[in-house]
Amino acid sequence: MSQQAEPTDCARPGPGSAPPTGPTDGALVEVSNVEKVFRRGSEEIHVLQGLDLRVARGEFLALMGPSGSGKSTLLNLIGGLDRPTSGAVRVAAERIDRLSDRRLAAWRARHVGLVFQFYNLLPVLTAERNVELPLLLTSLSKARRRRHVAVALGVVGLAHRTRHYPRQLSGGEQQRVGIARALVTDPTLLLCDEPTGDLDRKSGDEILNLLQRLNREYGKTIIMVTHDPHASARASRIVHLDKGQLSAEQPA
Amino acid sequence: MKFLALIAANLKRKKLRTLLTILSILVAFILYGYLSAISRALNQGVSVAGADRLMVRHKVSIAQPLPASYAGRIARVPGVQAVTHASWFGGIYQDPKNFFAQMAVVPEAWLAMYPEFLLPADQREAWRRTRTGVVVGRKTAQKFGWKIGDRIPLQATVWRKMDGSSGWEFDLVGIYDGAEKGTDDTQFFFRYDYFDEARQFGKGLVGWYIVRVQDPAAAAAVAQRIDDEFANSPWETKAETEGAFLRGWAKQIGDITTIMAAILSAVFFTILLVAGNTMAQSVRERTDEIGVLKALGFTNAQVLALVLAESCLLAGLGGTLGMGIAWLLISSGDPTRGALPIFFFPTANLLLGFGLILALGLAAGILPAAQAMRLRIAEALRR
Ligand SMILES: Nc1ncnc2c1ncn2[C@@H]1O[C@H](COP(=O)(O)OP(=O)(O)OP(=O)(O)O)[C@@H](O)[C@H]1O
Ligand SMILES: [Mg+2]
Repeated sequence: MSQQAEPTDCARPGPGSAPPTGPTDGALVEVSNVEKVFRRGSEEIHVLQGLDLRVARGEFLALMGPSGSGKSTLLNLIGGLDRPTSGAVRVAAERIDRLSDRRLAAWRARHVGLVFQFYNLLPVLTAERNVELPLLLTSLSKARRRRHVAVALGVVGLAHRTRHYPRQLSGGEQQRVGIARALVTDPTLLLCDEPTGDLDRKSGDEILNLLQRLNREYGKTIIMVTHDPHASARASRIVHLDKGQLSAEQPA
Repeated sequence: MKFLALIAANLKRKKLRTLLTILSILVAFILYGYLSAISRALNQGVSVAGADRLMVRHKVSIAQPLPASYAGRIARVPGVQAVTHASWFGGIYQDPKNFFAQMAVVPEAWLAMYPEFLLPADQREAWRRTRTGVVVGRKTAQKFGWKIGDRIPLQATVWRKMDGSSGWEFDLVGIYDGAEKGTDDTQFFFRYDYFDEARQFGKGLVGWYIVRVQDPAAAAAVAQRIDDEFANSPWETKAETEGAFLRGWAKQIGDITTIMAAILSAVFFTILLVAGNTMAQSVRERTDEIGVLKALGFTNAQVLALVLAESCLLAGLGGTLGMGIAWLLISSGDPTRGALPIFFFPTANLLLGFGLILALGLAAGILPAAQAMRLRIAEALRR
């Protein structure tokens, strides 16, 4: 999948769609010796301690671990939503932890698609307006934005729900809108924090099928936090986070 | 402009709250517009006053008359170019509420002294020929539906006629227009010769003199010379520029401008608190959404601008509507039905109003916007 400034139609599977597993040209994501300390008053919480992680282009990684182990914290560091206390975070060879706030925001808009457990759609906007949000930060014309939105909603199978507000959609449908929003800019990286955590098994499976298809057909690199072994089974690799450290595990 | 839908959608989040805030801003700006017009009306004389005109009145009060014989003596004072006089009539047309100024004047001299009263040549001529002729401003003529040729009866409150009656009749021979928007076109001018001959008492007296000086810069010196001329006479005078005279008049009514500014400041401060509170509350309620926007790549500056734009839109909707309603109300007429002859929404105040709208929007939005800007994504998303 290309990494260009302008999003391209994500419905078009790139010619050499990346293979489902295995690094190609080195790691896409490289987390080196990262520490993250939160301060709550005088108390210091060491969440990540000298953590290393490499994610290859085209991988579908499941990140597991007990509650409070720091999975979301790690995902935030990779997505440029937060900065490590020390250590380096590289994505596509760029030290994102060193970017200024403004450049980091631009970097996120271009390279990261985020999917949240509780969808986090704006309740005041329709599905298509929600999906359009990240495109407002590009220089695309209205007509082209509309086309990209239609394609993204088509990919997640919601072409018929474009004018609905989030409250008029089921949880599974809302999450698919969330995924369309994450996809619409054709980001380098898709980060999903418990994307099925709030869904029943059937809707959850649909979401997992969708993510798997995005990984396999469109070559999207995905990092997914989950508690659910059923979900992590879809990934190409699983890592466990516990006591600030990672341990690897082969897919079931 | 592509962000407008997002900003507007946020205003629709809680429709009632948005509506109430807009209403409060709207009311504030109706008040603002109305008070602007009133203030302008009370100060209008001062701003249109001729710099080269002096008012000469009795030293004690404008209500005390002066002898008509002063005209020749004033005309001889060095620096005086022209002189004429006027006398207040104070009659009632049908109902005391129908107020408009009525004065006995010398037609040609009067029109020469006040070139801002525009009267067609044929009507001037008719006035010269008709002893009972009267010339009124366009506004008053329209208000009462008067046409040239009409006979207009006034009930005198002071000036009885020779036969002891107080009913006066005048023949409408002309309708004047104001040269500028600020010119008073509500007045009623009739001939002094008719007035002086027909009245029962006070003959040979006039209300006040109006003097045109040769050099406006020397107006104060000329005024002093006129007062000196009549010092120690039974009718001592007080000469002052028209502007000073009218300012003194405005002072008597009370310093409306100060009162207006005080009321407006209080109202604006209250509205600012209301709107600011609404914005702050609305931003607090969507901390997570702002976190999402930032996560999607909106910069701090963009988030700041979005919140400010929202609060400016709120102020803009309420303020523009409010000033629009004020404009309509003002255009429909003076609330006192006559006491404020010049009643309009001054352009300068209209522009200032838009400035105030912007200031209100920014002031109400700045704290919540800064709060949104500083919001840390990771923390916002944990909630
Ligand atoms: N902004 C913060 N301030 C203080 N402490 C924080 C902050 N963010 C995270 N923590 C702490 O860091 C630890 C890890 O939090 P994190 O949200 O990453 O866990 P998690 O693995 O995602 O948990 P869960 O499975 O419940 O989502 C927790 O103890 C949490 O309380
Ligand atoms: Mg978490």
